[in-house]
Amino acid sequence: MRGSVAVRALPYLLFVFFAITPALAQFGAEGYILSLVMRVMIFAIAAMSLDLILGYGAMVSFGHAAFLGIGAYGVGILMSHAVTNVLAQLVAAVAASALFALVTGALCLRTKGVYFIMITLAFGQMAFFFFVSLGVYGGDDGLTLRATPTLFGTPVFENTRVLYYVIFAAMLGVYLLLRAIVASRFGRVLRGARENPVRMQAIGFDPYRFQLAAYVIAGAICGVGGFLLAHQTEFVSPAFMTWQRSGELIVMVVLGGMGSLHGAILGAAAFIILEEVLARITEDWKLIFGPFLVLVALFARGGLVGFLRRLGGRR
Amino acid sequence: MSTLLRIENLHKSFGALRVTDDVTLDVAEGELHAVIGPNGAGKTTLIHQISGLVAPDSGRILLDGADIALLPPHKRATMGVARTFQITSILPGFSALENVALAVQAREGSSFRFFGDPTREERLNAQALENLAIVNLAGRADIPAGELSHGEKRQLELAIALATRPRILLLDEPLAGTGREESERVVATLQALKGRYAILLIEHDMDAVFALADRVSVLVYGAVVASGAPDAVRADPEVRRAYLGEEV
Repeated sequence: MRGSVAVRALPYLLFVFFAITPALAQFGAEGYILSLVMRVMIFAIAAMSLDLILGYGAMVSFGHAAFLGIGAYGVGILMSHAVTNVLAQLVAAVAASALFALVTGALCLRTKGVYFIMITLAFGQMAFFFFVSLGVYGGDDGLTLRATPTLFGTPVFENTRVLYYVIFAAMLGVYLLLRAIVASRFGRVLRGARENPVRMQAIGFDPYRFQLAAYVIAGAICGVGGFLLAHQTEFVSPAFMTWQRSGELIVMVVLGGMGSLHGAILGAAAFIILEEVLARITEDWKLIFGPFLVLVALFARGGLVGFLRRLGGRR
Repeated sequence: MSTLLRIENLHKSFGALRVTDDVTLDVAEGELHAVIGPNGAGKTTLIHQISGLVAPDSGRILLDGADIALLPPHKRATMGVARTFQITSILPGFSALENVALAVQAREGSSFRFFGDPTREERLNAQALENLAIVNLAGRADIPAGELSHGEKRQLELAIALATRPRILLLDEPLAGTGREESERVVATLQALKGRYAILLIEHDMDAVFALADRVSVLVYGAVVASGAPDAVRADPEVRRAYLGEEV
């Protein structure tokens, strides 16, 4: 019984951990720890947005990193034109990624199964090569953000801790927003279409409209992640949106446990921290990381969240 | 009684195989019209075409005079075409109540609401419970649908169809795979629904068909070979030869 309480408290424990990290980090390599954990939280946002369509909508998008990149370029391009207001950048990042999601999603969702995976991959690659060829904004080399981001004329994000808590608040906000959405009338239809689209049609729902709306919401939220990533790294580059990155986002969601939201946070944390730790031990860290993922796929169905749930004695 | 559903000169082929061969039939308001026929006669494909899962090659499907043959399934559902499937089609991960509440939600207000917990919406739940009660499942409302017995799942699917407030019910072998006791319960439920809805029933169980139907049509190799009152169809020599032969 105590185990199951711990399992239910898992999301809270995660957020408490992220909230107190800065206080603990000051006793260690503060700058390094904070930047690592900020990266975890940003990818947690991206992974949660993917979980909305992958875990709750059964849409295996293999081009999700495109939204991360588009959000980041929303910041980078405006900054290079001396638009340093972060609110304007946020609006641009969200609007651009939502628009890209609407246009590509409207086409992708006409297909199913493996074709959906292929076409989302293709659109992701199109976005990647678009920015690679965009010489004005650095092309392949990317774009370093030299200007200071501001809010109403005042510099922001200069203090790492401020940036940390902005990212933390964004992650918490995204979690609560998505939690509400998946439980709502809308989310119930989305979940229903995941289980049995034919039945949903037979009672009068057009799954396409709901899936497209979810796709746009996911794209917009991932754009927020891109906005934060640009500010955290003070750099944007097409490397943010490679297809490998899209694959990593899927791995984070599946590793943490699909369709639970906090699983995506856990998955992002496990992925990034493990990558970091293993890379310090050996240059060939992927030789260890690969088999680890295979083991998780084989023995921890439902990901880390599913594994913890079983430890806690609940199904 | 006025005609509610009318199918005119419907054709459908899969390659060289004619699964629907110039089928014309109708269902009047409140009538229970049963379609029988040997396996592979095209009965399920016929229902698929009426509900919109399969597009006919030619012909018309008129609901209250309006041709619905080209509309997508969800449009037909909102116009009052509800169906069950030969292989039960429910949402196994949702509770029995939520399965039905979703059908209520489909016609009650917007589903583009992103906040608020629909499982606490009394109006949806109350109507869902009413429909569960019709099929004697009110006591199983909170059970995950996937954990219900086979017969209960069939009953649940019927409750889902009823909750859409249909004008016509298309039932694809509601007795398939049910035990004697369960099948008696389903027949009793259908008996109670009879007259309140137009029903197109596909069924292999002849006792049930002749007990329930107002009219029976016999489908063989995609074509209607006989149609009429149950007794007349039962006596039809061609039907006896083609289909009921071994039973007489």
